[in-house]
Amino acid sequence: MSTARGGAPRSAAPYLFLTPAIVLFTLFLALPIGYTVYLSLRRTKVSGLGLGRGSRREIFVGLDNLRVAVADGELWAGALRVLGYGTLVLVVMLGLALLFALILDSAYVRLARFGRISIFLPYAVPGVVASLLWGFLYLPSLTPIGGIDFLGASAVTYSMANIAVWGGTGFNMLVLYTNLRAIPRSYYEAARMDGASEVAIALRIKIPMLVPAIILTTVFSVIATIQVFTEPTTLRPLSNTISSTWSPLMKVYRDAFVTGDLYSAAATSLVIAGVSLVLSFGFLRVVRGHAFEEER
Amino acid sequence: MGTRTRPQTARSLGLVPTGLLVLGAIYCLLPVSWVLVSATKSPGELFTLSTFAPGSGFFDNLRQLNAYRDGVFWRWMANTALYAGGGALLSTLVSAASGFALAKYRFRGRNLIFNILIGGILVPSVVLAIPQYLLFAKLGLADTYWAVLLPQILHPYSIYLARVYAGVAIPDSLLEAGRIDGSGEWLLLTRVGLPLMVPGMVTVFLFQFVAIWNNFLLPFIMLGDDGKFPLTVGLYTLLAAGANQPSLYNLIITGALLSIIPLIALFLTMQRYWRTDLSGGAIKG
Repeated sequence: MSTARGGAPRSAAPYLFLTPAIVLFTLFLALPIGYTVYLSLRRTKVSGLGLGRGSRREIFVGLDNLRVAVADGELWAGALRVLGYGTLVLVVMLGLALLFALILDSAYVRLARFGRISIFLPYAVPGVVASLLWGFLYLPSLTPIGGIDFLGASAVTYSMANIAVWGGTGFNMLVLYTNLRAIPRSYYEAARMDGASEVAIALRIKIPMLVPAIILTTVFSVIATIQVFTEPTTLRPLSNTISSTWSPLMKVYRDAFVTGDLYSAAATSLVIAGVSLVLSFGFLRVVRGHAFEEER
Repeated sequence: MGTRTRPQTARSLGLVPTGLLVLGAIYCLLPVSWVLVSATKSPGELFTLSTFAPGSGFFDNLRQLNAYRDGVFWRWMANTALYAGGGALLSTLVSAASGFALAKYRFRGRNLIFNILIGGILVPSVVLAIPQYLLFAKLGLADTYWAVLLPQILHPYSIYLARVYAGVAIPDSLLEAGRIDGSGEWLLLTRVGLPLMVPGMVTVFLFQFVAIWNNFLLPFIMLGDDGKFPLTVGLYTLLAAGANQPSLYNLIITGALLSIIPLIALFLTMQRYWRTDLSGGAIKG
């Protein structure tokens, strides 16, 4: 039982304050997840020609949909594309974010304000608009850089990764920079007194202290990257090399709303969610160890 | 920056980081400046003038965009403002109340509730969007404003931030004093807690505002009637319709430019709130 430690009396107040969040969580998170699981276990059975009203009914098929989803070549082809794309995005985006955060935090940089605002600016540009701007810049008839078919089969992954890097670096830079600013300056003064260079301070003191923040940004970036949807969907009208199942989430969308197979879509989205959870879980354990220390 | 002492030997070192920073800034400003210039070009000039030479068609482009389907573009702009403004405001209030409760009370199930709510961070929206659509459809609410507004109010990370911020911004002694004076818990939330949390909550509001403003997947799935579209979905349909008609490009480009102006304005005016140490509190703690 929780007694009044720290002074707060036992009352219904905290539960009341949490009620909106819990209700929203139940309605828009828990319920939809449950519904996805439910749908993934079912399928429409068609009898006869499937024309009359009673000829289609929903039946329970257990894990059949999941089995089919996991064995689907289209899904894994998409997963492979996203793996390549995602690795590129994560490494370049987080690398640049870390580099710029360290530069902004170093004592000797000029134009820091201009740089910080400019690099953060793309965060204010919606993914659709970013894809649209870069998409036009990639178009052979409009591009300022000739000789490269940015939207061709061999370059399109890089072109798309560039959009994500452009859009995501600033936000991650801000998170890392904010964390850097929170480190007491006195840590560096001692090192400087000992003759350590700025680079050495960055490598030996700043980066190790940033580890929890780097992990946090990595987890969020991984979750976002696995679900890439906006960029390829927006570029599709401009390029014929992006299929309607280019990324796993695009396949889910197609299954659900174009082919109308909700059950497969539900099963596939569970597979994507599973992969996403497994990938982020390892990271999260470390994050919890660091960021939540105050609670233990 | 200027107040910091700069040893002579290190001053020259500033060239390399400053150079890198400027390169990064140019890369980030490139597409934005491109759209700024391109929106001034008439459909003909778009393909003939060199990339960064301004054209003469800006007001024609505006007129065309205005006329496009009876000004539906401005409708999209208003819808986006409603979704982002209303959604972010509700989201911030819910997060602040939750954060206050989680940071300032000890109660049964506190850690459990917190962990479950925070677990929501890890749920990819892919498992949510389709069933959310189906559930809204069952209630007859798909393709309504509610379908876009309601699912975006709960934001687990904002709750986490609000908890961290309430922990550092609200002294327990103040709540104690209030209780001794006989204030109810509701009064402590609304008169003591929330006012002290305002600086942090402005940041939560801004980030949520941008997230909703930029969201594409949810409205794309939920809405069919283009009178309810936000800008992202509207511009996408404009692109999908006009990708094969280069004569429509100027319309799309002008729309893209206008769609980013409000957020960029928000950025430049609210700058100090974009670098608060909300998350810094989490690391220090």
